[in-house]
Amino acid sequence: MSVAGAWRTRRQRYALVGEICPDCHRHIFPPRDVCPHCSQPAGPLHTLSGRGEVYSFTRMHHAPKGFEQQRPYAVALVKLDEGPMVTAQLTDVDLQEIHIGMRVEMVTRKLKEEGEEGQILYGYKFRPLMATGD
Amino acid sequence: MLNQPAFPVGIVGYGAYIPRYRLPGSEISRVWSGGAERSPVKEKAVPGLDEDTATMSIEAARNALARAAIDPTHIRAVWVGSESHPYAVKPTGTIVAEAIGAIPATQAADWQFACKAGTEALQAGMGFVGSGMAAYVLAIGMDTAQGRPGDALEYTAGAGGAAFLLGPAEEAVAVVERSLSYVSDTTDFWRRPATHYPSHAERFSGDPGYFGHVVPAARRMMELVDTAPQDYDHVVVHQPNVKFPVRAMSQLGFTPAQWRAGLLVPEIGNTYAGSALVGLTAILDEAEPGQTILMVSYGSGAGSDAFHIRVTERIREVQGRAPRTWDYIRRRVAIDYALYVRYRGKLAAR
Ligand SMILES: [Zn+2]
Repeated sequence: MSVAGAWRTRRQRYALVGEICPDCHRHIFPPRDVCPHCSQPAGPLHTLSGRGEVYSFTRMHHAPKGFEQQRPYAVALVKLDEGPMVTAQLTDVDLQEIHIGMRVEMVTRKLKEEGEEGQILYGYKFRPLMATGD
Repeated sequence: MLNQPAFPVGIVGYGAYIPRYRLPGSEISRVWSGGAERSPVKEKAVPGLDEDTATMSIEAARNALARAAIDPTHIRAVWVGSESHPYAVKPTGTIVAEAIGAIPATQAADWQFACKAGTEALQAGMGFVGSGMAAYVLAIGMDTAQGRPGDALEYTAGAGGAAFLLGPAEEAVAVVERSLSYVSDTTDFWRRPATHYPSHAERFSGDPGYFGHVVPAARRMMELVDTAPQDYDHVVVHQPNVKFPVRAMSQLGFTPAQWRAGLLVPEIGNTYAGSALVGLTAILDEAEPGQTILMVSYGSGAGSDAFHIRVTERIREVQGRAPRTWDYIRRRVAIDYALYVRYRGKLAAR
């Protein structure tokens, strides 16, 4: 990704910042000009909770250029609790434990490094919902 | 009065982060000494391939915000203390500020003072809030420490840290009543620009370095606030290994019951700028209203910051709002030396 492209999309990548449609009140991600549900102008920015579940997934043993260092890894379609579906890498997970319906939460991680001297690209990934004491 | 802000300041939210991978000391000993050497810690925390000081700081900061439940746009400074910032030029602070929504009206800078960079940010944050310059300041100490393969430091150089949201004492879960610093020009551990691994002056790092700052800083604080070791419910000091902090705290007159909650080094290793701070989060996770805490950091080069902290009634409301430090410690996946070499980018040909 270009330095300019990375800059334009930083907010949605770091923190799942989407929108809520002022007309049909549905959540929209990524942010856009027109609501994909009702075709009215899209609404104000809103940060999604980051929680959802694995809708579908695939294990990547042959990674595209720029992602070779992270192989093997999994990419999932995650259905967020608010409705939108996002595609993202899964992290902090054993590949064999991934299953449809698995509860996951968003974390901000390194997506890739553009060589030793290039920029580091950060963005959202999902990990299994952490077990907590409470 | 000196050593305290004009307006009382406290911790309104706190959050820890520790990555999930663990390298047992026995693995390092197996590879470098055929199992003959004894590791100074049980194991250390190792970051995953997609983690660095920025991503780890973001998660700790989100935990601190979840506990504080404040609007992130009211944060006036995001300060990250570390010796493993991902960029040599470009602040980690702006990445964290952007990710938590603290932009644009915030200061965002990185602090450097070996292992006390985090408490340095914490003390500066107290000044910023306590002078009325800021409502809230986020101070972070976080590291992904690297030890040269085969060096004694490889056993302990771990990863983790904590974030503290400072604000008015009325809103605090713990009031930081006093803080002080104790520094001298002591070259016990260092890293020159463009080199990857730190150098250290073996035996010298103990007496003039660590003990020569931690012990007098703690004594000065107890003189200042007129306390004795038995007046504290908890004590936490910088933890490069198990031996140093235990010797320093014993020498000062503290007992194991006082340091139990904050001594995490056997489980996660030395988290450098995060070490004393992540220990403090484990204490706050189980602290009760009215308890007092003494925290003393140490950074090579060299110096200590000491903090006298009193826990308030609000602590109980916030403890369960984010993962506790022990939730992260228990989320453990052991790896072998080969995987560690890959995760930490130590492979020469790739
Ligand atoms: Zn709509």
